[in-house]
Amino acid sequence: MQTTLLDERQEQIHRTGEKPFEIVCDKDSLAGAVSQRACVFCGSRVVLYPIADALHLVHGPIGCAVYTWDIRGALSSGPELHRLSFSTDLQEMDVIFGGEKKLYNALIELIDRHNPKAAFVYSTCIVGIIGDDLEAVCRKVEDIKNIPVIPVQSEGFKGNKRAGYRAACDAMFKLVGTGNTAGISPYSINILGDFNLAGEIWMIRKYFERMGVEVVANITGDGRIADIQRAHGAALNVVQCSGATMDLARMMEDEYGIPSIRVSYFGIEDMAESLYTVARHFNDPVIMERTQGLVRDELSRIYPELQKYKAALNGKKAAIYVGGSFKAFSLVKAFRLLGMKVVMVGSQTGTREEYQELAEITDPGTIIVDDTNPLELTAFLEEKNVDIFVGGVKERPIAYKLGVGFCDHNHERKEALAGFTGMLNFAREVYSSVMSPVWQFTRQAKGETP
Amino acid sequence: MTTMSPNYISTTNACKLCKPLGASLVFKGIEGAVPYLHGSQGCATYMRRYIISHFNEPIDIASSSLGEKNAIYGGGPNLKLGLTNVIKKYQPDMIGIATTCLTETIGDDVGMILGEYNREVNSPENLPTLVHVHTPSYAGTHMEGFHAAVAAVVDQLAGRKENNDAISLLPGFVSAADLRYVKEVLHDFGMEAMLLPDYSETLDGPAQLKYDRIPAGGTPVSAIRQAGSSRMVIEFGRTIGDMQTGGLVLQDRFGVDRSIIGLPIGINETDRFFELLCSLSGREIPKKHAMERGRLVDAYVDGHKYVFGKKAVVYGEEDMVVGLTSFLAEIGIQPVLCASGGKSGRLATAISAVTKETLPEQPRIEEGMDFYDIAETAEDLAPDMLVGHSKGYPLARKLNIPLIRVGFPIHDRVGGQRILHLGYRGAQQLFDLIANALIARKQDMSDVGYSYM
Repeated sequence: MQTTLLDERQEQIHRTGEKPFEIVCDKDSLAGAVSQRACVFCGSRVVLYPIADALHLVHGPIGCAVYTWDIRGALSSGPELHRLSFSTDLQEMDVIFGGEKKLYNALIELIDRHNPKAAFVYSTCIVGIIGDDLEAVCRKVEDIKNIPVIPVQSEGFKGNKRAGYRAACDAMFKLVGTGNTAGISPYSINILGDFNLAGEIWMIRKYFERMGVEVVANITGDGRIADIQRAHGAALNVVQCSGATMDLARMMEDEYGIPSIRVSYFGIEDMAESLYTVARHFNDPVIMERTQGLVRDELSRIYPELQKYKAALNGKKAAIYVGGSFKAFSLVKAFRLLGMKVVMVGSQTGTREEYQELAEITDPGTIIVDDTNPLELTAFLEEKNVDIFVGGVKERPIAYKLGVGFCDHNHERKEALAGFTGMLNFAREVYSSVMSPVWQFTRQAKGETP
Repeated sequence: MTTMSPNYISTTNACKLCKPLGASLVFKGIEGAVPYLHGSQGCATYMRRYIISHFNEPIDIASSSLGEKNAIYGGGPNLKLGLTNVIKKYQPDMIGIATTCLTETIGDDVGMILGEYNREVNSPENLPTLVHVHTPSYAGTHMEGFHAAVAAVVDQLAGRKENNDAISLLPGFVSAADLRYVKEVLHDFGMEAMLLPDYSETLDGPAQLKYDRIPAGGTPVSAIRQAGSSRMVIEFGRTIGDMQTGGLVLQDRFGVDRSIIGLPIGINETDRFFELLCSLSGREIPKKHAMERGRLVDAYVDGHKYVFGKKAVVYGEEDMVVGLTSFLAEIGIQPVLCASGGKSGRLATAISAVTKETLPEQPRIEEGMDFYDIAETAEDLAPDMLVGHSKGYPLARKLNIPLIRVGFPIHDRVGGQRILHLGYRGAQQLFDLIANALIARKQDMSDVGYSYM
């Protein structure tokens, strides 16, 4: 008998309303389960990737660098150094005799060529094994070149993607506090956890500017080294989503006493609430008034078109599988706004608290799953007869193979889905997949009447 | 002319992929097989994502998901646990296990671990076939991984059977459409063949009635088991040389006649393939294909002026570059730079062998190049087009010239798996594609905008 669900995986799945909430998460992926997760390196790389004026050098054999070349839809308003893929491309002799010399020479060569504002040097599996002293090489180059050269301890096998987020935050924290904070407004924030996919952070920044709030540093979408260096001058850290940058906010709170709030820019409700939370934090009637005006304007702009999509999508069923589960809350609400029902929701790296909250806000029978895999996903989609699946590149062919619509909500997407405009784009995207006439043929193939 | 490539220490925007990716593709092309990477979780996920973005198909690659303790104490237990889980979930006929940098460096002896696993399970006779291959990505590119996996499969499975009239054909890394075409040609010649790998259906399947855990299709393991008694093994790839390949294994171990020819791209290289099939089958070229060749020559004539003298930069896997260069040269396009991230040491010789009749002057040929080198070199060469996979797009954009998308990966267009490169039919498609790209460009740039050519 074939098994879709391995015994070891049972406790990482919960069905809302069937039993008291219980889920196991934050554990290593099960061997042979074909997890959708990547590794520590991936976690670090995605977080730091959008910092556009830094050199991102991957120290290891070619694979890790080449699979992350231009991988995110993270836009820059200026330099685009982040879109290049740099590697020390370690060869057999380097593995035997050590790669430190090659790393040193590569760093010097690339810094001379590109004049970056800083360099991040990512460690990969093999570097952890052959024992190259990354810190020493980075220090040496830093002294010679006079820019920050920061090791990122992201050996792939040292945990999951979450450990990579932590390593990225450790690396950025070395920059924070080294810049001049003169002239920063008391009404100021850092935006953490938005990666400027399809220009999203530009939209969010504009909202804050309209409210009269200064944005000091984008962390990391359209990010700049100098901004991160003076990020400790901001009055508040506004942290979005998956927890990728939560660790940095925590470190900044401990070291510099900067409070932080968690927000989400996805969906109307959460977007509006994010702006209101920031306004309430500053406790200034003028800012609050501007915020109310902004939300009112934006809503009246997008509302009529949204109604059109809602009429068509009402009652359709959605499944969600994303990297971090915080984004999933917003998606559940966004689908509700469109009259749709979420029947499955999961993530690669969610926390117990996040899953519990999901269990509380979803309808009975909803499947909640941590670190799932293609065969489980297939079974869920079939069981729930889903109309649209929200996920990333690895989930897309699973949906399509089963004749299910798909919306890309991952870091490669080229559509802005954050902000008020993003909600409209999201609805449009869901609509354009669910309502496509092509499904008549896949239904035919399945022997259903169209 | 081969010149010294710029001697940079760092690699920027590599024009190669890592070794286990090539091995995974081979295992995807064997019936009932699941690829399995012995390493940390990220390798499998990154490669899945990369391959999915080209084929738009579910690509399940299992991993032993090694953690820190495994890296210190050895990955054996995780490898075994992972195999058990893959067997439970997929019930595969075969699991193809490729190593990664991590497990090669910590020194896991996969052959020994598999032997232990075989002894430890309750009924070893029910185990799927297990094949393993060494693919540390610090030694070679995805193409070395591809050939190593084919060689490992043949080495570990092939045997002999009497009265086997079939040939073995090892096509190298071509598209799903190419594989379908090769099978059609062999069928039209009335020849039986073991084509390895064959992902023509597994990586380009139809919309399904029900989700297949392992997509249907692929080279049957039973056919590989008989490969030792093939009449002949044909390998595509002028740069494989003395590399350990499936063909070399069949020749050395079973005394199978071996014929190495170039990827049949363009008329000249395809003629060589068809001549070989004619002599093997004792038949004339089937009418259908003779007609295709005739129409192709007619098309070459109709369109020759639009392509003549144009300059192209060609890049990608070495054998693909050789085939494309041969094709471009025979239609009057001047390849000005032939570049690859691979380092076979045979690229220049192979290109000169296929272009000595057609090119008065040899192009610049470079191994071990990345896209930084290619861009730097291309700028002085003022090419009219790039010919290669999607990753040349930034350069094409910078130079404001068309990119003729061929090979792997095609990440910025649909249908990469359906691009046909091989045979007269493939050359027809490539020719139309290139001629029209050049005509469209002239039309778009024209002040007048004629609606005739």
